[in-house]
Amino acid sequence: MLKRIPAFAASVLLAGNLSLLPSLASAEQVQAISMGEAFATTCFQCHGPEGQHTGGTIPPLAGYPRDLMLQQLKDFKSGKRPSTIMDRHVKGYSDAELEAIADYLATLKP
Amino acid sequence: MQKLQRRTLVKALAAAGIASSTFGLQACSSNDKSQANGKRVVIIGGGFGGSTVAKYIKRFDSSTQVTMIEPKKTYMTCPGSNWYLAGLVDVDYLTHDYETLKTKHGVNVLHQMATGVDAVAKTVTLDNGEVLEYDRLVVSPGIDFIYDAIEGYSEEVAEIFPHAWKAGPQTELLAKQIQEMPQGGRFLMVAPPNPYRCSPGPYERVSMIAEYFKKHNPTATIMVLDPKTKFSKQALFGEGWRDVYGQMIEWYGSQDGATVTKIDVASKTVYSDFDEVSADVINVIPAQKAGKIAFTAGLTDDSGWCPVDQDTFESKIHKDVFVVGDACIAGAMPKSGHSASSQGKMCAAAIVSSLNNLPMPPTRNVNTCYSLVAEDYGISVVGVYENKDGRLSGIPGAGGVSKAGASLQERKMEADYARSWYQSITKDIWHS
Ligand SMILES: Cc1cc2nc3c(=O)[nH]c(=O)nc-3n(C[C@H](O)[C@H](O)[C@H](O)COP(=O)(O)OP(=O)(O)OC[C@H]3O[C@@H](n4cnc5c(N)ncnc54)[C@H](O)[C@@H]3O)c2cc1C
Repeated sequence: MLKRIPAFAASVLLAGNLSLLPSLASAEQVQAISMGEAFATTCFQCHGPEGQHTGGTIPPLAGYPRDLMLQQLKDFKSGKRPSTIMDRHVKGYSDAELEAIADYLATLKP
Repeated sequence: MQKLQRRTLVKALAAAGIASSTFGLQACSSNDKSQANGKRVVIIGGGFGGSTVAKYIKRFDSSTQVTMIEPKKTYMTCPGSNWYLAGLVDVDYLTHDYETLKTKHGVNVLHQMATGVDAVAKTVTLDNGEVLEYDRLVVSPGIDFIYDAIEGYSEEVAEIFPHAWKAGPQTELLAKQIQEMPQGGRFLMVAPPNPYRCSPGPYERVSMIAEYFKKHNPTATIMVLDPKTKFSKQALFGEGWRDVYGQMIEWYGSQDGATVTKIDVASKTVYSDFDEVSADVINVIPAQKAGKIAFTAGLTDDSGWCPVDQDTFESKIHKDVFVVGDACIAGAMPKSGHSASSQGKMCAAAIVSSLNNLPMPPTRNVNTCYSLVAEDYGISVVGVYENKDGRLSGIPGAGGVSKAGASLQERKMEADYARSWYQSITKDIWHS
């Protein structure tokens, strides 16, 4: 999976283009968006912003232990855990992609 | 005064064929604040697509200056508007403001109409004459209607036979007509041809009107005349309609000759090869195309929609202009609020990555559309999409519709999830 690029690495990436930016300070705060984060943001439409605050019946995701989350996602995929729609979603991701998503979701605070 | 000079100058530069982006960075305009460091994003439209882009650009990079142009002070969602017709929710439930986007995320929301885009000078003109400069522009204006496809129909007639396909006064007008319909009367829907906003929407609508009639007008009938041969989640809707409403809803497709070609307002009659049908309430949902500003800005192709890169949603016609939501051509993705929001997130990631010279993450888009067949009877369709050979395509094996013949308990669960989905997505976009 892709990791967040640390701030200093991002600035190295930018080094060739520094002249385009008036200040390095603002650029340093922005980090590359990982695959896990990009994919996980689309979970929020049902599971609430940052995986918190849903409308009641759909479970929130924030702070879910990584291994437990991954297991659930894989069980949805194999059909071991029954669901109404999650099986239809997780089949759209490889196991490595599900790992990246579980890694990212585990970083969210409940 | 200064603004006017600036505008004249931009026009002169554009006329002279000089790309003014370098100049634009230094020049003074109303969205050129101290934090603008080559990272000014202007967004046209504050619906599902535009508001998502605004929030997620700020979430990914708070130092980007984001200005969103939306004429309305509050936004009423189409999702849930059918539930309103059934009397299950009220207007407040469906209405959202821009306070959180403004105060928490620092999005500059201008309640104006965008009237022009100059993709060379990289400026947007507003109703009040103001000119905004951008480094990246996002266009998410939703749909516009093709009024002249049916003889006798027009924008004026839409005030008599409401489409209610943009939520607001039209939705309230349709609700009133349904409530005032005589006992035992007929409700007629003229369904739209493909492609249109919200594929299951017309069929959820007649379900919700049936829900209303069941309680308040049990001998009323509902007829749908459709220019298509089939529709989204058809088998599931059919199963639900039979189980819950018996014979109340009749549907006819183009194979039955049900493509409506003419409407007569005075006699409340619609004409097709199928038959001449008169009704007490007529809901005409016209054919659709991208929102007007997409045409003005030259972002559309012959199809009437906007071709875009299938990962970033950058226009294939104008560089540094992005189109998300109903207005864009997103391969196999349906035109839904869920799709618009998913696309908005990928687009925000693309813009933040490029403005900060960072690698773009891989993208994956999703759609989840719940429909209520009855208050406690929900069904859904799911799709997961990836860019395959330049077209967003459903990933084989993923997605699909709810199981046929599921238990009432499962249908109830999906109805509860539908309501929960509404709370989550509106909170994600407008209130968090
Ligand atoms: C009856 C019905 C039910 C639906 N149910 C669902 C559902 O359950 N789930 C789902 O996911 N989707 C549903 N949809 C679809 C959903 O409403 C649309 O797909 C979604 O709104 C598209 O988002 P958008 O950003 O492209 O456009 P919109 O949400 O329409 O937003 C466009 C905004 O741009 C503004 N605008 C337009 N032109 C300009 C301009 N020139 N300058 C400034 N602002 C401008 C408009 O005022 C508007 O606020 C439903 C639709 C209907 C009609």
